[in-house]
Amino acid sequence: MVLPNRDIDTDQIIAARYLTTTTKEGLGRHAFHDLRFDKDGNENPDFILNQPAATGCSILIGGNNFGCGSSREHAPWALLDYGFEAVISTEIADIFRNNALKNGLVAIVIDIQTHEWLLQNPGSEIGIDIAAGTVTLSTGRLVDFAMDGFARHCLLEGIDQLGFLQQQSAAIEAFEERRN
Amino acid sequence: MSSKRTLFQKVWDDHVVVAESPETPAILYIDLHIVHEVTTPQAFSLLRELDLPVHRPDLTLPTLDHSTPTTPVSSYEDLLAAGVSAANQVRQMEKNCEEFGLDLLGYGSGKRGIVHVIGPELGATQPGKTIVCGDSHSSTHGAFGALAFGIGTTEVGHVLATQCLLQRAPKTLEVNIEGELPDGVTAKDLILAVIGQIGVNGGTGYVIEYRGKVIEALDMDSRMTICNMSIEAGARAGMIAPDQVTFDYLEGRPRSPKGDEWNAAVKRWKELRSDDGAKFDKSITIHADNLKPMVTFGTNPGMVIGIDELIPSENGVSFKKALNYMQVEPGKSMTEIAVDIVFVGSCTNGRLSDIEEVARILSGRRIADGVRMLVVPGSELVKRAAEDRGLNKVITAAGAEWREAGCSMCIAMNGDIVKPGQLCVSTSNRNFEGRQGVGARTVLASPATAAASAVTGYVCDPRSFS
Repeated sequence: MVLPNRDIDTDQIIAARYLTTTTKEGLGRHAFHDLRFDKDGNENPDFILNQPAATGCSILIGGNNFGCGSSREHAPWALLDYGFEAVISTEIADIFRNNALKNGLVAIVIDIQTHEWLLQNPGSEIGIDIAAGTVTLSTGRLVDFAMDGFARHCLLEGIDQLGFLQQQSAAIEAFEERRN
Repeated sequence: MSSKRTLFQKVWDDHVVVAESPETPAILYIDLHIVHEVTTPQAFSLLRELDLPVHRPDLTLPTLDHSTPTTPVSSYEDLLAAGVSAANQVRQMEKNCEEFGLDLLGYGSGKRGIVHVIGPELGATQPGKTIVCGDSHSSTHGAFGALAFGIGTTEVGHVLATQCLLQRAPKTLEVNIEGELPDGVTAKDLILAVIGQIGVNGGTGYVIEYRGKVIEALDMDSRMTICNMSIEAGARAGMIAPDQVTFDYLEGRPRSPKGDEWNAAVKRWKELRSDDGAKFDKSITIHADNLKPMVTFGTNPGMVIGIDELIPSENGVSFKKALNYMQVEPGKSMTEIAVDIVFVGSCTNGRLSDIEEVARILSGRRIADGVRMLVVPGSELVKRAAEDRGLNKVITAAGAEWREAGCSMCIAMNGDIVKPGQLCVSTSNRNFEGRQGVGARTVLASPATAAASAVTGYVCDPRSFS
């Protein structure tokens, strides 16, 4: 699914009025709410998510600087709950990218030419190989993307990052001792 | 490692528990974790699930700000002014703090307020600290020479449980401000101009250090306004080297060091500046001499012009969509735009000096017919200080509303909202579509511009009010 606008902020992905929840569940129904629905709650037929072409899409191609603004982790929670598994853009904001990867939403930064091709070919089938760091376009073309090694490892192995930190408790305590 | 280090590198190096490698990020120790009701409930749930305590309650500073109404609260019924789920979220935060042994600066404490206002005013924010909060405007605390950045809720859980984060070192961006800020041009105008120049993604991947004579001449409230909006340029953190202005601000604050510890701290803090010849990954220079009061015309903070400039024209789809949303046209002046609401407050401009500036302009004047103006202090301490000076009387005499502390209309999740189509001149930080309410049109500006606009009923150059 293609959302070509640049600078899609996390307020657009999930509006603040839906942040009063105390759980992670069910945020998908509010994803892109103000773009999907008019003020009376009717579906906006012009918005891509409401069009047949978007049905079943699990990869979101966003314009440059996707996910800028607020640090709300509700943004990747909402996208995952809606059914997206990956976001691809030419640039993804730092905090959103971190939050996405910590929840298994694959956030990929790709070159401008490939991005342009993806924008021009909405609904085309593409494959993502996290281990190899490649995107396969429907034409068969393979495109490389860079991803931090640790993030990749965590995505592939389902590493619990809190558990990883807790394993370092001796080092953390030693650090605290040293500073006292 | 080079012996010449930037301010960022000094603070970073000082907090590395385990160094980063190609395979793993660094483990970074966090000195201060500020928490609020919106981005923590799921983190507390995880701790409960794993039967983990909060590792350092003494380094955790909880308050209530985002979901709180700005009308007086003394009961659950009062909280409902922000809606049922907001009220319940506040109650949940109170329960979480009690269960995990955290000293909540909530109702009845007299110190409740916006996370990025209370940290500094209590003296908890200090040079050289690492400071995080589940809020992207955590960059504010960098004004003290701290390394401060926003994190998500998963990371809030990491810090609660271990006081540490997994982090890759960001790159460094030096932003030199040269020249002199003209009369009537404020820190808010300066940072809006910086964002306009480098773009809303110009700082992505970087920590910014703001430098130069203009920055050194600013007071702490102004420096906080600058660092606050670093994230609007995509930078997670903005920093300013601490100096005598910083030390004078902190001395005697409740959580500042005392006595011999104060002297030792100041000696240490004086080392916190980028060494001469330290290398930044990127450097840019902004000239302040010709800056004007700035106002946004579009739907991100980078779409900004001087108050006496005309709205530009661009071909991009996103640009046209933004102008359409804002109901403005290229070639027109923002000063032709009629104002419905004026909002003064937020972590960007909700401090005492901001309210003083607004009161100065409102003094002896009335806001225009049909305009609603909210003045919302950033904290209960700011509110009391303003009332001690009689500023609330000036504000209400002008026809504006003087409210309780909180995030208020900056985020529109607490009952304070801009209605569809209304235009709001706002001292907050984001003019995104729907940020202040569905269909709300936001013009970001300084407190002076906001107050002047309230008086005339149109987006207005405040320099005519000097």
